[in-house]
Amino acid sequence: MRMNAFLGWGLGILVLLILTAIIGPMVADPKMAEVGAVIPRQKPSTEFLLGTDGQGRDMIAVLIYALPQTLKIGLLAGLISLGVGTVLGLVSGFVGGWVDAVIRTISDVMMTIPGIAIMVLVAANVRVMTVEIMAVIVAALSWMIATRTIRAQTLSVRERGYVQIARLNGQSGLKLVFVEVLPNLLTFIAASFVMTVSQAMLATIGLEALGLGPQDDLTLGMTIYWAQFYAAIVRGMWWWWMPPVFIISLIFVGLMLTSIGLDSTVNKRLAR
Amino acid sequence: MYFDYVLRRFLVMLLVIFLAVTINFALPRMMPGDPIESQLSQLLAQGGGSVGDVGAMVAAYREKFGLDQPVLHQYFNYWGALFRLDLGFSLASYPERVGAAILAGLPWTLGLLGFATLVSFTVGTLLGGLIAWPKASRLWRGPGAVVLLLSSVPYFLIGMVLLYFFAVVWRIFPAGGGLPYGTSPSFDWATVKGILWHGTLPAASIILAETGAWAVGMRGMLVSTLGEDHIALAEAKGLKDKRIFRRYGMRSAMLPQLTKLALTLGHIVSGAILVEVIFSYPGIGFRLYQAIQAKDYFVVQGIVVFLSISLALATFILDLIYPLIDPRISARRRG
Repeated sequence: MRMNAFLGWGLGILVLLILTAIIGPMVADPKMAEVGAVIPRQKPSTEFLLGTDGQGRDMIAVLIYALPQTLKIGLLAGLISLGVGTVLGLVSGFVGGWVDAVIRTISDVMMTIPGIAIMVLVAANVRVMTVEIMAVIVAALSWMIATRTIRAQTLSVRERGYVQIARLNGQSGLKLVFVEVLPNLLTFIAASFVMTVSQAMLATIGLEALGLGPQDDLTLGMTIYWAQFYAAIVRGMWWWWMPPVFIISLIFVGLMLTSIGLDSTVNKRLAR
Repeated sequence: MYFDYVLRRFLVMLLVIFLAVTINFALPRMMPGDPIESQLSQLLAQGGGSVGDVGAMVAAYREKFGLDQPVLHQYFNYWGALFRLDLGFSLASYPERVGAAILAGLPWTLGLLGFATLVSFTVGTLLGGLIAWPKASRLWRGPGAVVLLLSSVPYFLIGMVLLYFFAVVWRIFPAGGGLPYGTSPSFDWATVKGILWHGTLPAASIILAETGAWAVGMRGMLVSTLGEDHIALAEAKGLKDKRIFRRYGMRSAMLPQLTKLALTLGHIVSGAILVEVIFSYPGIGFRLYQAIQAKDYFVVQGIVVFLSISLALATFILDLIYPLIDPRISARRRG
């Protein structure tokens, strides 16, 4: 019961954020999020609820337009690495032999390479950074978790009775994977999806804070970067950096609670 | 058994280093345009320098790096330079060598990371144990929940909040740097005080964010350890609770905690880099940020290669030690 509360809170927070990201841009005026739209460096007031930043943007509009972009990077990167990870994990666990050895070694190596170091290099070499390129770069370095989880589960499911029976009945390899194995991995796939999205967001926001994010796009990480760049903290302009920090933290807390909740459902199934 | 395991780990380490160096070499060459010319002209455009210099500088760099030679030749030269620990020159603050820039930042980063990791490991492990131990006070769950929530947030965001409250609103700690402005390090009490003074907030950010991760790991380990037979035996023998907790519970649950260090090392280092940026802390991470800002490509490259190789080495050394303290590992890792 207590564990399901984690899942409830986590999903609740995430759904709320996603709804805000969808509905917000319908209500807010995109012009207010452009540089020079309003008088810069204004404290929060009744006119601008969260004040304006150093470049003359209404902070409310900035946040409303930055949130969907940030979520988009995370979800896109999560989906890509989950796709790659699931395929590699299934192949690795099901085929075995030298294929398994190769995939396992590559993912071991990738786990040891400090992701941020390689990402810094890639991002520093890309001429024009966009939200989509960002997602691909981040995904390239976070597919290993999904691969490992799915591989381990495939190994255990593969040996279960019903799979053995299907195999003896002469079902082909592909059908075996899609009909007998994959459906039993769905909870694990969901759990690794949440983990990967979380990893991807962490990497994205780190890259953005270093100044390697999409310079022309509005994301939460880039908002923090510009606030840091113009020394908003030391100048006491809390309304410039605190709201994006709060929303980012909310995203991570939501992801973590969901992850804990999912983990306990998965383990309950294992115990049964 | 141990030899097989060591061999496999060693090969993984070599592969990691090979890959990191090769990517480092290949990336700028795969991009369209001349890497050095574009870096230099971007640099000059930013600095407002005269454009006439570019030709001469490009020629000088071409010759130094032999960019007119075949790619394979360049690749071997790159490795050769690396073995001589020659990472080239900084473009933004020529003639500073990249190696010297890294060496200048290294003690700061190692000190900050080492101290913060030690504290968060100790506090987190203890807290995790107390949460899992049924006879401990329920009150431990409060701080447990707090550090758990904090552990999901990136280190540097916590740093921003700490910086604002403890250096801007209440001016208790300095807002940045590693030493009081205008002083240089020497072996006296003032230097030590200055270092501690400036290091408190950066260290606190890492500790607050990292403690939760250790606490969660320890809680899980101790819960499963407490279900084991040797605990039941210890209870049946009538040993004191404290003794069971320390000697029988914590001690055996701690080993996997140590092994987690190798897996999280990369995560901790990445997190600390950004904390240094927030506090303008003079370590490697802040130098990396400055180099990115100044488009100082060779420093960026040098720091990335350095981080990759040292993390690969550190992970390998930890992997070597683990089977010695926990014999179950060599068997498990091979599986």
